[in-house]
Amino acid sequence: MAKYAREAILEKCPTGIRGFDEISNGGLPKGRPTLICGSAGCGKTVLAMEFLLRGAIQYKEPGIFVSFEETPKDLAQNFASLGYDLNGLIARKLIAMDHIYIERSEIEETGEYDLEGLFIRLGHAIDSIKAKRIVLDTIESLFSGLSNEGILRAELRRLFHWLKDRGITAVITGESGEKSLTRYGLEEYVADCVILLDFRIREQISTRRLRIIKYRGSSHGADEYPFLIEKTGISILPVTSLGLVHTVSNERISSGIPRLDNMLALKGFYRGSTILISGTAGTGKTSFANKFVEAACRRGERCLYLAFEESADQIIRNMKSIGTDLAPWVKKGRLMFHASRPTLYGLEMHLVTIHNLIAEFNPRIVIVDPVTNLTAVGTSIEVKSVLTRLFDYLKMKHVTTLLTDLVHFGNNVERTNEEISSLIDTWLLLRDIEINGERNRGLYILKSRGMAHSNQIREVLLSDRGIELVDVYLGTGGVLTGSARVAQDAKEEAEARHYQHEADRMMREQERKRKVLEAKIEALRAEFDMESEELRFMSADQKKTRNGLIAERAEMARLRKMDRVTHPRKEGRRRGVR
Amino acid sequence: MKNARAPKRKPAKCAPNMEVWILRLYVAGHTPKSIAAFANLKAICEEHLAGKYRIEIIDLLTNPTLAKGDQILAIPTLVRQLPPPVKKMIGDLANTERVLVGLDIKPAVKAVK
Repeated sequence: MAKYAREAILEKCPTGIRGFDEISNGGLPKGRPTLICGSAGCGKTVLAMEFLLRGAIQYKEPGIFVSFEETPKDLAQNFASLGYDLNGLIARKLIAMDHIYIERSEIEETGEYDLEGLFIRLGHAIDSIKAKRIVLDTIESLFSGLSNEGILRAELRRLFHWLKDRGITAVITGESGEKSLTRYGLEEYVADCVILLDFRIREQISTRRLRIIKYRGSSHGADEYPFLIEKTGISILPVTSLGLVHTVSNERISSGIPRLDNMLALKGFYRGSTILISGTAGTGKTSFANKFVEAACRRGERCLYLAFEESADQIIRNMKSIGTDLAPWVKKGRLMFHASRPTLYGLEMHLVTIHNLIAEFNPRIVIVDPVTNLTAVGTSIEVKSVLTRLFDYLKMKHVTTLLTDLVHFGNNVERTNEEISSLIDTWLLLRDIEINGERNRGLYILKSRGMAHSNQIREVLLSDRGIELVDVYLGTGGVLTGSARVAQDAKEEAEARHYQHEADRMMREQERKRKVLEAKIEALRAEFDMESEELRFMSADQKKTRNGLIAERAEMARLRKMDRVTHPRKEGRRRGVR
Repeated sequence: MKNARAPKRKPAKCAPNMEVWILRLYVAGHTPKSIAAFANLKAICEEHLAGKYRIEIIDLLTNPTLAKGDQILAIPTLVRQLPPPVKKMIGDLANTERVLVGLDIKPAVKAVK
């Protein structure tokens, strides 16, 4: 029982190959042979070679490369092309190479034989550097060199047992056969782990794929994983190697357009978010992207610009027309352009290229312009898988990603990119607004996760001063943009002016009326005063006249020597007083 | 087995101007196949190359590095070092016909006749 338990835990031999250890749950079976099979040119030798080199460098496990096909000189060149110092490794006894060469025409078979010579050679090589890993590439050549297949098969079986007994992790390569995995049925002998490499061309674009067909005693990823052979070796990028575990940042960064920042809850994008600008052709997507780049460069951040449509020079020239000069930032090393045609290579290759560029340049901002062109390379499932991995990777690194996305006419803009929409945090939509025989650009925010954002459509004005966002006309005439908006504005202004004039006129009229009224009042008052004066004069006259009469009467009386007559009224008053 | 080793140091019994045959037999320990190969080789040489041959026996168990030089995989392997070109035969040399073809002996014998 104890023995069973011990055997159940299969020891793994890590390969160090990016992605492979993840899909194989730790690497190849330690101390056992593994068969790598595939058609010509699918990367068997490179995979095997990288297994050895990484084993020697990263895990200090010396390895032997036994080549049955290529000469040591060719091999050395191949190793060097992966960027390893082979001679140094050989000098440090971490790598040994042997070239086993067999030519049927030079050899006469004269009777019974075995392959003890091969065993001795391998044994000697293994002992000389205490090798833990060995690659036999490809041992099938023996079948073409030796005619007695019966002996050969028996000897191969013995060889694999012998390697297992010595606890060597072996990698055996084999060419694909027509009906079996390998041309000579090596899988019969190597039953522990079988890896199939495939090289497929679909629509003129080739993709390499890797699949673990069999892994005795271990769980493993069963899917086909696309992989790449590039400068530094093989890269396999399984989706499962990334998860939704990235931490998020609350930092906000400017979009480079103040008005747009205002629309995004006054602060701009979240750092590390994924931003999509989609729109039809010529709506200014690239301009928006470049404003963002410029702002980031100003802040001193490094930007990686992946251009899939225009060359770097063309972008720089064109952006000058909206007042953005990117050339100095390129010179300062803050901005790196990587322009390539999407159809140059398969989607996976793009992904790995982007990975490498990111690892190399360490940007804080990545622009993909446009992401649509990538979707043209693969099927929507592939694209989604690749982009998910890319965005997850960027998110993990807290890189803010801005994608532009070309939407075709006639499509429903919001619906088109369902492959990527779920991966997007902030989605800006640029659309043409066609009114009165002209096209204008409108911008609105379709979504922006985690922030309050404006729901208003803004009109985008591109000029040599940059990008301006202005309010569209919202009134009884509906949404108006461009010259219609300007005309509407002018019309409204004229109307307003007209009203103002009218009001002014009425005011003046009123004033005049008031003045007339006042004048009238004045005249009436003057008349009144005059009348009053007259009245006063009249009463004075009357009084005078009366006094005169009295005086005359008194005079008359005096002249007539009249006796004194008391005035009864005067008398009475006196009495009354007393 | 001592018989097998003995001829290793056997000097070439030949005149300086004569064609010398140097035959190198690779073995791995004293296996029945190696013993048979040596016996077969000796017989063929005595018959066709009497007096102008030398057999070197190399035991790869004691000298494993030598396997690389002559690209030895199979055991036993016979290598005709001289006269040039180098020729290789694998197996226990039981098929005399093939050995003679391999060593390029037959025509020479015919020519003498």
